[in-house]
Amino acid sequence: MDFDPVLLSRLQFTWVIAWHILLPAFTVGCASFIAVLEGLNLASGREIYLRLSMFWTKIFSVAFGMGVVTGIIMPFQFGTNWSNFADTVANVLSPLFAYEGLTAFFLEAAFLGVLLFGRKLVPPWAHFAAALMVALGTLFSSFWILSANSWMQTPAGYEIVDGHFFPKDWLEVIFNPSFPYRLAHTVVGFYVTTGFVVLGVGAYLIRRERFAEEGRTLLSMTLWLLTVLVPLRMFIGDLHGLNTRDHQPAKLAAIEAHWDTDRRVPLTLFAIPDEAGESNRMAITIPWLGSLILTHELDGEVKGLKDFPADQRPPVAIPFFAFRAMVGCTLLMLGVVVVGGWLRWRGGLFEMPTFLKICQLAMPLGFVAVIAGWVTTEVGRQPWTVYGLLRTAQSVSPSLTSFDVAVSLAGYVLVYLLIYPTGLLLMLRMVRNGPVGGAEEGLQIEAGRPQAPVLAGSLGIAMGETR
Amino acid sequence: MIQVLDFVPIWTLILGLAVFFYVLLDGFDLGVGMLYGLAPDTRSRNTIMNSIAPIWDGNETWLVLGGIGLMAAFPLAFAIIIPAVYFPIAAMLLALVFRGVAFEFRVRDNENKTFWDHAFCWGSGIATFAQGLVLGAFIQGFQVDGRKFAGTSFDFFTPFTLLTGFALLFGYALLGAGWLILKTDGEVQAAARRQGRICLVAVIAAIGLVSIWTPLMNHDVALRWFAWPNALLLAPVPLATGAITWFTWRAFDRKAEATPFLGAIGLFALSYLGIAISLYPMIVPYHFTLWEAASSARTQAFLLVGTLFLLPVILMYTGWSYWVFRGKVRAGLGYG
Repeated sequence: MDFDPVLLSRLQFTWVIAWHILLPAFTVGCASFIAVLEGLNLASGREIYLRLSMFWTKIFSVAFGMGVVTGIIMPFQFGTNWSNFADTVANVLSPLFAYEGLTAFFLEAAFLGVLLFGRKLVPPWAHFAAALMVALGTLFSSFWILSANSWMQTPAGYEIVDGHFFPKDWLEVIFNPSFPYRLAHTVVGFYVTTGFVVLGVGAYLIRRERFAEEGRTLLSMTLWLLTVLVPLRMFIGDLHGLNTRDHQPAKLAAIEAHWDTDRRVPLTLFAIPDEAGESNRMAITIPWLGSLILTHELDGEVKGLKDFPADQRPPVAIPFFAFRAMVGCTLLMLGVVVVGGWLRWRGGLFEMPTFLKICQLAMPLGFVAVIAGWVTTEVGRQPWTVYGLLRTAQSVSPSLTSFDVAVSLAGYVLVYLLIYPTGLLLMLRMVRNGPVGGAEEGLQIEAGRPQAPVLAGSLGIAMGETR
Repeated sequence: MIQVLDFVPIWTLILGLAVFFYVLLDGFDLGVGMLYGLAPDTRSRNTIMNSIAPIWDGNETWLVLGGIGLMAAFPLAFAIIIPAVYFPIAAMLLALVFRGVAFEFRVRDNENKTFWDHAFCWGSGIATFAQGLVLGAFIQGFQVDGRKFAGTSFDFFTPFTLLTGFALLFGYALLGAGWLILKTDGEVQAAARRQGRICLVAVIAAIGLVSIWTPLMNHDVALRWFAWPNALLLAPVPLATGAITWFTWRAFDRKAEATPFLGAIGLFALSYLGIAISLYPMIVPYHFTLWEAASSARTQAFLLVGTLFLLPVILMYTGWSYWVFRGKVRAGLGYG
């Protein structure tokens, strides 16, 4: 492998975005969950929902803070490492990025203040409204970013003048062919990811017994939700697959490690794709099932990689295995949901220690699925940044040397390896402390140790400290 | 392409304001971050950090608006300038990450508190110095071939950019000291008065040096300032700088609480104006004008619709959050 500036820049982008995406994968769902808890508290007046909402808001604030600082890095990557890409596509894509920043980032930040600081400053309904706006903000954020990402996969509504992309129809740009599927698939995936985190935390609290009632509420609520969302995600994923077949056949062929265009193709469960030999080794296949899944017909035609010139094919092994990792995780999650539903029907959902333990172990599954799915779709887009139109090799900043990018990449690796474990540790510590009530919280501050700034502000206001 | 309406002036104004807001707002909290490292004890460190805790992340979002705004309104400038300052930008981003997480980590990760204290202070300093390097590189200009940056990733490193780097360290620290005088009292405030005075001397020296060096480096800039009648028309800029300096210096001595901060803002506004006068209408200095680097009218128009609606909301919210957290801060709870 040649470590040229292009490959190193790709590794750097992969590194910073993969870590960043873990945070929205959790915060998008978490924001909506907090809004639900706030709504339930407002409607029922039951204090347990308030305690749970405060508990998740605290964890959310750390994840959101990390999401903000790692998110600031992202737009600058287009300038530092992908300046040719920026120069070529900015007329079309940059307003989408800018709208992400404007509508979502700022609205989130604005109402987040009320959500975090304002419980005692504003009436309960306004606090609920702020929670809703934060949730809406995260969804807007996903909307614009995924629209831009989808445009790179399935460009539409543009014209090319002197090698530069110009917008012709904004609606076509925004609602490009793969966008609705990608948006639905990703957002439901984010919700499922959060769902499994909440499920695991609920199971942990039940096993710990100290906050068992809160744990039961969390487990029961999320299991109902996941019973709907996990199958929904599989259904949307299937539609997204059909969309990929229509618009990015080379990517689909790589995902399936499918070399020859054919009808009645088998489904390859496992294989070791051999890109030089244009074939698979040690393949385990199921006859006909490939055509059935990919075309919804038994004798449907599926394009093979050999239909595309070698310099227009994506790498095969990475999308192939990443896709299987995503599907594997989803099937495991479906298993958890089915077992949970069966236990609930039998009437012993909270009593079986093994199931509770499994729920805890399943916590990372959603994140793995999100990363695997993202790797599938982005590596499958190669060798293009704008599918079929702009090559990755032509997108990189021309002034960069391998040394430059190696140095910056090392910096990003070191810093992320330091802050992510610390952040995770702190969030786990909050989980261990459990959903202690608001009054108790205030008393927990030890002498000589100020409350976290986020809470110090709100408590300060509540006690008339800052006037 | 036929231009029906020229959106370039309005985008110049929006972007100019966004960058200025960023410099001012994140400027003072980065400066506070640096002065944090000089605080003698935990109690004053807590006070200093609490003075910016509720507002710093709002301040930093202006950086995103500035960065993406440049990409959206003047993509050619974005595509040439940002790779030219590859290392300062990377260093700035990493430093901002460190400093950003330090707010939360410092109190929650108590075992490593000292480490996060250092991360906060050094992160603030490195981010500031890197921004100063970017500013210097911008003023000294870039090597351009066609639509691409043609230099190396180390071109940014010159004696001039080192000067602007140090200048911004003192400049942000001056803003930070002004903020601390406004927001604190007692020993913390007294220390900020002493530090502010030192920073003011350094800042004035740096403004003087940059003002002499820049026209020497570039003939067009020299003509802009010293040709007749420009010299007369632009004379208010250096004269006002002198007046504000005197005014700020005296404010440090007295009991004035808000004046040092206002004076520091005034100095930043005049320096900013000075750079704008030197370089206008260039956005990639000495190569491309604002109009040459602008994105298509369709792009600018599409983004303008939302921006004109959202920007006032954002400004109102920003103003409101400063209003909510007005007044002097204390070290925090848990102190008897």
